[in-house]
Amino acid sequence: MRVAILGLGSVGRGVASMLARKGLGITVTGIADSKSGVCDPAGIDIAAVLEKKAKTGLCGDPAVTARAIAEGGEYDVLVEVTPTDVETGEPALTHIRAALAMGKHVVTSNKGPMALYFRDLTALAEEHGVQLRYEATVCGAIPIIQTIQHGLAGNTVHAVYGVMNGTCNYILTRMADEGLTYDQALAEARELGYAEADPTFDVKGIDTALKLVILANTIWNNGVTLKDVECTGIDLLTAEALTLAGSQNSTIRLIGEVVPEMGLLRVSPRILPKKHPLVVRDTLNAVTVVTDMAGAITEVGKGAGSVETASAVIGDLLFIKNCHVKGH
Amino acid sequence: MKIEVKDAPGQLVAALRPISDAGGNIMAVIHEWDPTLRPKTRIVQVVLDLPEERLDGLITTLKAAGVTILRLGEERLLLKRSVIMIGHLMHTDLSDTVGQIDRTGYAEVVEMHMTMPGIAQRSSALLTISATNRTHMDEAVKILRTVAKKKDLLLVEPLEEVA
Repeated sequence: MRVAILGLGSVGRGVASMLARKGLGITVTGIADSKSGVCDPAGIDIAAVLEKKAKTGLCGDPAVTARAIAEGGEYDVLVEVTPTDVETGEPALTHIRAALAMGKHVVTSNKGPMALYFRDLTALAEEHGVQLRYEATVCGAIPIIQTIQHGLAGNTVHAVYGVMNGTCNYILTRMADEGLTYDQALAEARELGYAEADPTFDVKGIDTALKLVILANTIWNNGVTLKDVECTGIDLLTAEALTLAGSQNSTIRLIGEVVPEMGLLRVSPRILPKKHPLVVRDTLNAVTVVTDMAGAITEVGKGAGSVETASAVIGDLLFIKNCHVKGH
Repeated sequence: MKIEVKDAPGQLVAALRPISDAGGNIMAVIHEWDPTLRPKTRIVQVVLDLPEERLDGLITTLKAAGVTILRLGEERLLLKRSVIMIGHLMHTDLSDTVGQIDRTGYAEVVEMHMTMPGIAQRSSALLTISATNRTHMDEAVKILRTVAKKKDLLLVEPLEEVA
């Protein structure tokens, strides 16, 4: 099976290097970053491309664009892992639409287009009889989409809730453990590379809200968008609040929850007993799916990271390879 | 609750055991003797503390054990929930915030722990609310949400799970 990778940031590099190392029967025929690209229908030397990217900042020829690869490359699956834009979903949206319209499968880690245009994109994929898979958009390495779509197939899902942002979880863990203020814990998370220079996206709960929108649409195809999410972040929490919760053998976590029967789509800091399965430490994620037959299922794992997210992307790729590409 | 048990050895214990099994805390057992009663029966009043969600299960078990429940006093049910409020609690009239819950008649703030790190800084308080049942508790928390929004306070609620 041939794939083209658009985006060579942390996730793209993770995917490319794991494909090169593991020999999963997948040939990379196109790679592009934001400024350059490289194509070879016979298969790209991934190690050489990654080395060039590290040295020069470019992965290939500046004359070759991501869009040109998406629209004209020889591939079976487009791997769209460019940075997320929550306002427009671009440039990923254009790449994904182009590939689907040409009858190509798509695997993406990009929350922007999936949260903004979920119904449009899944309808487009269906229209052209191809797969659009997005496991990496929600909770990194945790195979929550596969669990819902396949493992729990036939169940009625009543609710989903969980810790879906590692940055917030790290900050809250440190505030509870060491009595740090929010600002101190955030500074530490920045130093360790867990928080961006502008942490708004994470700490205001927007990142969690996007994941909720994607999960809600996956399960109920209910067309909800970011505007429908009631969203409160963790940036106004005090160290004293964590101490007060601790005095009751509880702690605080940023929880995203979808309960359609109650009309609930909410991100908010919540009090949970310390022994609760969703009380995970540091940058871990945890998500619970409540169903009619299976009861409650909780999955815990790493929510971010280059190789961890690559795990989700590669899982999607192999699902397509095994189930949807003739002759593999 | 008021129950009717047979006047025979071991019958009272058999009636009380399901309450303990359901996680109930028996606070008082009062025997009532009534000459108008059917012969060979006794009326017993049991005061107990039990999480509301376990009540239906207990009733089923008691009925299956042949115990007749004569009356169930819901006002005895106690439900507690703790929330945390963060913000300028004193400057936004804390007694009014608490009063809005207490005035409902069905819920009240029974405990409060507060920390105020500095005059200009936001304070944090843990409020424990007691209510007679779940609906009333939800109503009380709804009032707090409205107050918090109006007074620009952050309300941190416990995670109530859908089971």
